[in-house]
Amino acid sequence: MASRPSSDQSTDPKRPSDHFDSPELAEITNPRLGVVGTLRFFWRQLTSMRTALFLLLLVAFAAVPGSLVPQQTSDPNGVIQYKAANPGWSKVLDFFGVFNTYSSIWFSAIYILLFISLIGCIIPRTMHHIAALRTPPPKTPARLDRLPGYLRTVDAPVSDEDVADGVGAARDLLRASGYRVRVFDNDSASAERGYLRETGNLIFHIALVGILVAVGLGGGFIWTGQKVIPVGQSFANTLSDYDSISPGRWFSPDSLEPYKLTLTKFTPVYERHNLNAIGEAIDYTAYLRASVPGQKATNVTIKVNSPLRIGDTDVYLLSNGVAPVVTVRNPKGKVVYTQPIPFLPQDADLTSEGVIKIPDGLSKQVGMIGLFYPTECSPAVCGAAPRSVDPQLINPVLTLQVYTGDLGLNSGKPVNAYSLDTDKLTQISGFGTKTPGITLRPGQTAKLPNGLGTVELNRVIRYVGLDIHHDPTQLWVLSFAVLVFLGLITGLFIPRRRVWIKAVRRGGKVHYEYAGLARGEDPRLDDAVAEIARKHSQLLGLNMKP
Amino acid sequence: MIPVHAAVTQATLVNYSLVAIYSSMFIYALAFIFFTYDLAWRVSEARQLAAAPAVEVVAAKRAGQLTTKTALLDRPGPVPPGFEVAAATKVKRSLSARLGMVFTVMAWLLHVGGTVFRGLAAGRVPWANMFEFTLTATAIIIGVFLVIQFWQDLQFLGAYVTGFVLVFLGVATINFYVDVIPLPPALQSYWLVIHVFVASLGTGFYGLGAGLSVVQLIQARREARGLGPVRAVPTAEKLEALAYRLIVVGFVFWTFTLIAGSIWAEHAWGRYWGWDTKEVWTFIVWVIFAGYIHARATRGWRGSRSATLAIIGFSAVLFNFTIVNLYFHGLHSYSGL
Repeated sequence: MASRPSSDQSTDPKRPSDHFDSPELAEITNPRLGVVGTLRFFWRQLTSMRTALFLLLLVAFAAVPGSLVPQQTSDPNGVIQYKAANPGWSKVLDFFGVFNTYSSIWFSAIYILLFISLIGCIIPRTMHHIAALRTPPPKTPARLDRLPGYLRTVDAPVSDEDVADGVGAARDLLRASGYRVRVFDNDSASAERGYLRETGNLIFHIALVGILVAVGLGGGFIWTGQKVIPVGQSFANTLSDYDSISPGRWFSPDSLEPYKLTLTKFTPVYERHNLNAIGEAIDYTAYLRASVPGQKATNVTIKVNSPLRIGDTDVYLLSNGVAPVVTVRNPKGKVVYTQPIPFLPQDADLTSEGVIKIPDGLSKQVGMIGLFYPTECSPAVCGAAPRSVDPQLINPVLTLQVYTGDLGLNSGKPVNAYSLDTDKLTQISGFGTKTPGITLRPGQTAKLPNGLGTVELNRVIRYVGLDIHHDPTQLWVLSFAVLVFLGLITGLFIPRRRVWIKAVRRGGKVHYEYAGLARGEDPRLDDAVAEIARKHSQLLGLNMKP
Repeated sequence: MIPVHAAVTQATLVNYSLVAIYSSMFIYALAFIFFTYDLAWRVSEARQLAAAPAVEVVAAKRAGQLTTKTALLDRPGPVPPGFEVAAATKVKRSLSARLGMVFTVMAWLLHVGGTVFRGLAAGRVPWANMFEFTLTATAIIIGVFLVIQFWQDLQFLGAYVTGFVLVFLGVATINFYVDVIPLPPALQSYWLVIHVFVASLGTGFYGLGAGLSVVQLIQARREARGLGPVRAVPTAEKLEALAYRLIVVGFVFWTFTLIAGSIWAEHAWGRYWGWDTKEVWTFIVWVIFAGYIHARATRGWRGSRSATLAIIGFSAVLFNFTIVNLYFHGLHSYSGL
């Protein structure tokens, strides 16, 4: 590496002492540091380039395990499966919090240290940069011929006035090229440009801290809720109407704006022409009627890539499926249960699974596990095991396995509506029992075993799964991200450089010398000096010395 | 009912696309052979030069052979015949590099044509699954490589670039190939055009930067051992400066990819960041190259150490594209495989 000439430090960007551009200090051996000295030593170490680099690479390295193992936040089912498959190893991973890598203590410790180191670098650099912005360019070096991009003109006989004019022309030329210029002793112009480079650099790093702070502080205000709505039903934005909600620390149910959404129609579109993709979903549109208190109700639509922004929340269409409408009657023919039951899709052809729970009205508690096939494949084609071959309702079939016993709904504990705990139940029909399972098509009715009553499949409708989020950090994070990007471009691509033009008198003659100095990466420095030399020498009518 | 004419047109376009891609692969293979031949010459020349005693070099220069550059000085026999052979050698070497470039340009035109036909067949941008993304990203790598030639001779990277692209086109056509199918709802967004295209631009710049870093390491090793540098290849310091300029551009694209991806993720999935596997690896790549840029500014970390970081960073890009796409389940499962 070429050694750089020392120069006035007051306008240089203040960098950690181990920055390659910083002057190399002689090793100072301190026999005793004392408490303050030791702290200062640690602080210097933490804010040095080498430590920052180490912590950066450590963050990259520490992020790896969380990508190899399913995460609780993004893939809770994956975590359950992983733990079931690797019980022993999972305990070790659990101990280190690998299933929650990105909120684990060790991961947090690394990035918090990195950001402390970053802040320790930003603050002095910002102070220094503010001062540097007010400082004029430093004195012209005595000898320019040792500096990068050195060029000179031929000697010319010249008077003092001509020299003053030549230096004046240099000043004007440099100013017009965007340099800050200072004239020394009437025989040289010292110029510096690209202060914006350091400004951009600082903005980039400050905005990164901004993102971290916005996410960290704003996180408590975020809440996300889920709601499944079959066509024709409504959702009111009140705490009790959510299927599930994960509130942030500072969530208050009173803050919910009581708007109401009614799903009037849901239109899925499936590919019909492309032979390679028959039955693939190509569009989902949910048509809703939205009413905000004090305003007229409006018709709105939600699609996968266009959420609805309403009442301080964002409403996303994240899932959809089929909901068979099932009616159960007791032996006397009285309806004890009738409603659409959202089934969870199991594959792309919408084979779906759902659970019906009838705690009251029949002689025993009855639970049913249903499998729904929108287009059941003929057994002659697909074999005995039923399966769906198209997500549209072309040949819909519902099969039910019936259980009786304790549904576990009386214990007061919350129970998953989408699964049936069969521990305290007895299967009375379906696979594994003597009684065959129930098979229904829309409009059909079947008898429940043991004279319990009847079950009817009225029709099949669609439902949507909506995610409702409130995230006040979004706008902050986006703003800081934009600043990160702008700061990055400015900090990387605007060259910070110094250029000197100097009149050198020897005897009765004078020639002009040109040189520059890069402050940071500047691959075009030589070209820039040459361009200025060309313009200036042409102005004075002098030739360049080859 | 299937509109017959539409199906035929699409099948025809898909065939045009594949024929163009296969042809481009054949020509890339030719380019690769010529570039490799050229590299062999450069290296053998450097070895001969290093083996030649310095006195003889000086003597040869004094004898007025400054123009020959190459020095077959260990070759027995009088100088005049040596001069002739050396001159012939020079022509031969530049010929093979030049042929490599010509074939690369031809292959690239077919490559771009094949990619465009694929887009026309699908009626959308040709980067919605792994196969298409590979076509586009490799076309961008070659495109950047060709454009840079206007201000910087990078022919010594030709073997690396064409070899790399050839391997990926081969894997894409054999292992990643999928038929044209419509976009799933989550991909129907203008962000597909922006986010993925900028990501492939970033990949292209990173790839070339990493290639330069590899050559830089080779040069630095030769320089450290006192062997002559590979002839007609810039010095390690020059290579480092070049690699830095490319990687910095790649880093800007990558930063944009992260931000644009977050905005799209908020629209499609309801959150801007969720530590999905693909997100994590995109973040890891970003941090590694941020580390690279800092390493370039840290005393003791310039040179071979930062070059190694650039190579690790690009390896992470490739890991993110291949292993993460194929073996990890996440929201970015759009490989179509």
